[in-house]
Amino acid sequence: MNTQSTGDKTATAKVQAGVSDVECRVQIGGDWRLNERVPSWKSVFQNRMAMNVRVVSDDLGKWDTSLVLFLVHGRAWCAASKKQFHAEALPENLQALLRQVPVNSAAKPPVEASVKPWELASNIAEKWADHAQQSVSFLGECTLGFIGVAKNPRRFRWLDCLVEMQQCWASSLPMVSLVSFLVGVILAFQAAVELRQFGAAIYVADLVGLSIVRELGPMMAAFIVAGGTGARFAAQIGNMKVDDEIDALETVGISSVNFLALPRMLAVTVMMPILALYANVLGVLGGMFVSATMLNIPASAYWIETQNRVGFSDVSSGLFKCLFFGLAVGLAGCLRGIKCERSAAGVGTATSSAVVTGIMLIVLADALFAVIYNVLGI
Amino acid sequence: MNGIATAPVIEVKNLTCGYGETVVLQNVSFGVHAREVLFVIGGSGCGKSTLLRCLIGLLKPFHGDIAYFGKSFTAADTGQRRDILKTFGVLYQNNALWSSMTLAENISLPLEEHTSLSRADRDEIVALKLTEVGLAGSEDLYPSELSGGMQKRAALARALALDPGIVFFDEPSEGLDPIISREMDELILQVRENFGTTMVIVSHQLSSIFRLADRVIMLNHETKGIIAEGHPAELAATSIDPRVRDFLNPNNDLPKQTNENSAGGTKLIFK
Repeated sequence: MNTQSTGDKTATAKVQAGVSDVECRVQIGGDWRLNERVPSWKSVFQNRMAMNVRVVSDDLGKWDTSLVLFLVHGRAWCAASKKQFHAEALPENLQALLRQVPVNSAAKPPVEASVKPWELASNIAEKWADHAQQSVSFLGECTLGFIGVAKNPRRFRWLDCLVEMQQCWASSLPMVSLVSFLVGVILAFQAAVELRQFGAAIYVADLVGLSIVRELGPMMAAFIVAGGTGARFAAQIGNMKVDDEIDALETVGISSVNFLALPRMLAVTVMMPILALYANVLGVLGGMFVSATMLNIPASAYWIETQNRVGFSDVSSGLFKCLFFGLAVGLAGCLRGIKCERSAAGVGTATSSAVVTGIMLIVLADALFAVIYNVLGI
Repeated sequence: MNGIATAPVIEVKNLTCGYGETVVLQNVSFGVHAREVLFVIGGSGCGKSTLLRCLIGLLKPFHGDIAYFGKSFTAADTGQRRDILKTFGVLYQNNALWSSMTLAENISLPLEEHTSLSRADRDEIVALKLTEVGLAGSEDLYPSELSGGMQKRAALARALALDPGIVFFDEPSEGLDPIISREMDELILQVRENFGTTMVIVSHQLSSIFRLADRVIMLNHETKGIIAEGHPAELAATSIDPRVRDFLNPNNDLPKQTNENSAGGTKLIFK
């Protein structure tokens, strides 16, 4: 006679297995709870030889799925080792539950072999093609929408656009201030270390001014707007999609692109150069702060040097790029929102995807502009 | 019932629709007459909501045609489609009120989009619509400030904004207590009486079906089509199809399951 019961106090599930000449008799008793340790069939039935297995209950208390699972495993074990499994002596409701589970339920379908590399590549390519097609068709819808607005500006939702502009400005301002000022400070520090050795500390102003105005100011502003406003667009629109609000727009005959995407895209496109200009000013101030405190260059001298080196074309070329950065952020945010899956996880994915796509488009656009400006000699 | 015109206002012919490569409904044909209250019923997963999405243009059918007032909706170009969209309103299962807008703005938006009414006129219509559904004076509330029943009424007011000839309802009593649900039924009847609106209602709320329906069509996921059509009381009494009788007579005992793997009424799924 072999008895197995679990050691801890709360678990009282018991199994006793006794072997006679003709059958192995299994007595189950006690309380069976999923959240307690219960005996496992395999540990009880090692090396049992009898051809018949008969399960009976003896002082069986409260039980739940853990007992059913124990019996299912037992039955599967019996089937696999060609033994007869008898459960007729068990309570009727337990038998009924056992009958619901097919005998071969324990036999899991064979796990599919790992995905072939070329299948994986084709899946990824398909996904990208799908994304590209979505983006192009969305871009087309937006273009048609903007043409429609140009023809009939009264139909455009100007108030929504203004509200979005205000929100974009208000939510981005603190981060843009901090980040661009610090970028100016960092640049000036780095430049000062090198330039001071040659007695050329005043050129810190040139370096900081040009880097900030041509590249870093617009870029930092764009990244912050992509992370804040772009993500907000995707989350807002995605949530509307989950709640069927976009369907409700479509069935009223209102295009979701015209109603939701265009005002947001225009708002962020208009605000981006303004924020970038602000970032430029803060960045130059950061450089000025380091020069004044560390290099003993008076603020006025720093300012005059910056004015001499940084021209209108430098500022305007940086700000012109920003229009496209803004468009990229708006496009990514609204596209991901409108194509969002109808679930909470879908909104999360759409939001993070909007930020990633936005930043990627910004960097791509910046690279493109670097080449164009180089060719044009700006 | 009295006053049903002969030409159907909605005509669905050989409609086949589904998602991706899955066909949910196959060759479904039916018509809905003016002033009729038609219920689309059936068990879960039978394609009621899919049919509704096709009817309101959110899902493109694989084959077949849907026509409103004799004009094809499936073959309509953008302009015609816009005109057809004006002829019906939709009350969604979860109301789908635009959450960033007040009730007044919600109801006013369809008017703004499809009419050239002045702001003052639109405001008057909004007030009127809200009064009709029993929400007078709630113009400036946001949907999140309303209870479930009030949101349902507000959604109905928005669906009625353009005085459409047809209103589609997706589970109008879902999530409402029996009293509010009955009030909603009364409201639906009242709208039909006042405006002669045709109603297509997707629901499995039996009390509403027996109270409101002039006719029901019952869908089934196995046949992917309509398995019964008629007045609910007649169907419940005379249908020889057990699927129809069991659905419409909730007090009947369910047939005993003959499957050897089944036991009792409940079924556990083990993974």
